Amino acid sequence: MNLAAVADPFVPVPYRVAQVRRETRDVATLELRPTAGERPAFQPGQFNMLYAFGVGEVAISVSGDPARMGSYVHTVRNVGTVSGVIAALKEGAILGLRGPFGTPWPSQTAEGCDVVIVAGGLGLAPLRPAIYHVLARRERYGRIAILYGTRSPADILYHREIERWRRRLDVDISVTVDHADPSWHGNVGVVTKLIARSGFDPNSTIAMICGPEVMMRFAAMALNETGVSSERVYLSMERNMKCAIGLCGHCQFGPNFICKDGPVMRYDRIAEILAVREI
Amino acid sequence: MEGLERIVLAHPFFAGLEAELGQLVSGCARNLRFDLGTYLFHEGDAANEFYLIRHGSVALEILPPGQHPIVFATEREGNIVGTSWLVPPYRWRCAARAVELTRAIGIEARCLRDKCEADHHLGYEMMKRFLPVIVQRLDEARLQILDVYGKHDT
Repeated sequence: MNLAAVADPFVPVPYRVAQVRRETRDVATLELRPTAGERPAFQPGQFNMLYAFGVGEVAISVSGDPARMGSYVHTVRNVGTVSGVIAALKEGAILGLRGPFGTPWPSQTAEGCDVVIVAGGLGLAPLRPAIYHVLARRERYGRIAILYGTRSPADILYHREIERWRRRLDVDISVTVDHADPSWHGNVGVVTKLIARSGFDPNSTIAMICGPEVMMRFAAMALNETGVSSERVYLSMERNMKCAIGLCGHCQFGPNFICKDGPVMRYDRIAEILAVREI
Repeated sequence: MEGLERIVLAHPFFAGLEAELGQLVSGCARNLRFDLGTYLFHEGDAANEFYLIRHGSVALEILPPGQHPIVFATEREGNIVGTSWLVPPYRWRCAARAVELTRAIGIEARCLRDKCEADHHLGYEMMKRFLPVIVQRLDEARLQILDVYGKHDT
């Protein structure tokens, strides 16, 4: 949580939609600029509360480059009333923003280690700032593997960027889809299948996973099977966040509040809770 | 050690296999090459062989009536293709197509089944290697069926 970044964490600050990119049928990436002043700094993995006036507020991870000052970038999927309105905003629209909040990806802990990034579906969005961060400091890390799985070729996010990363000789990037027609020449199958093929050093690896919770559980188990211990695996959790500063309890997850103690959490600390059906 | 036997034992699927058993398996093996777009087998055909992929990539697909084939998995080097040869009626339940130039070792199914029947130690070794692959593919299929990237996404 970064309370110092905002004067009153409950008061949304107006931001203007500076640019919109339609990623897929129901996903848009918005570049948001403050109507006055500078945007607060954020760390990869943190989120903002985006407020569509008169509709409601929703927690969305920052998906842009932390080094690119002046704006926040958020990738939003239309999954409900609020996210549907935000994903449909056009350039020039105004929305409210509170944040940034939450715990970051362990980018510094990962220095000197191999880094395995496992993204499922829209889970690539919260991981993208971490990817920017490690690629900008490439010499500080060992092998970098980006493993991305999504539903079909039409659902792949950030096409141009993936192509750019793929052209780099110092990053291994693998994309897989759950199903495809024969025109797709890439991998087909679940993202966990890519883990065993990645060739990282399990004793010196930090893994960052984001995606649907079921996929994250399977990915963490697959990493364990390759020898990566649970304390080296980090997940970005999602629950219904309201206040975003650990007061209201809406996002309670066992003894944790996802907004304050997460969203990025170490797997060994939450593995048992993840298996509890009622939580 | 003969060339083919060396290749078979070097494949990850047979990692750690006793040399004597490797010799038995290699006796059923042949070298194969599939150009882009070539089918290794079609759904319904007799499952007379399974494949150790050495290089390249193979798409497994199902053909829904009147539609384009749906690819549900790809297997790459280090993987195996084909488990239908293990269980009667020994017919392929999907099709397999090379999506790039693919080199593989084909293991003749009846030959290996007969050897497994005659030598249960070999049969148990095969079971220990195939069962994890089958379980893993079952887990993967379950995840795919769940359609986890649907509307309840992150």
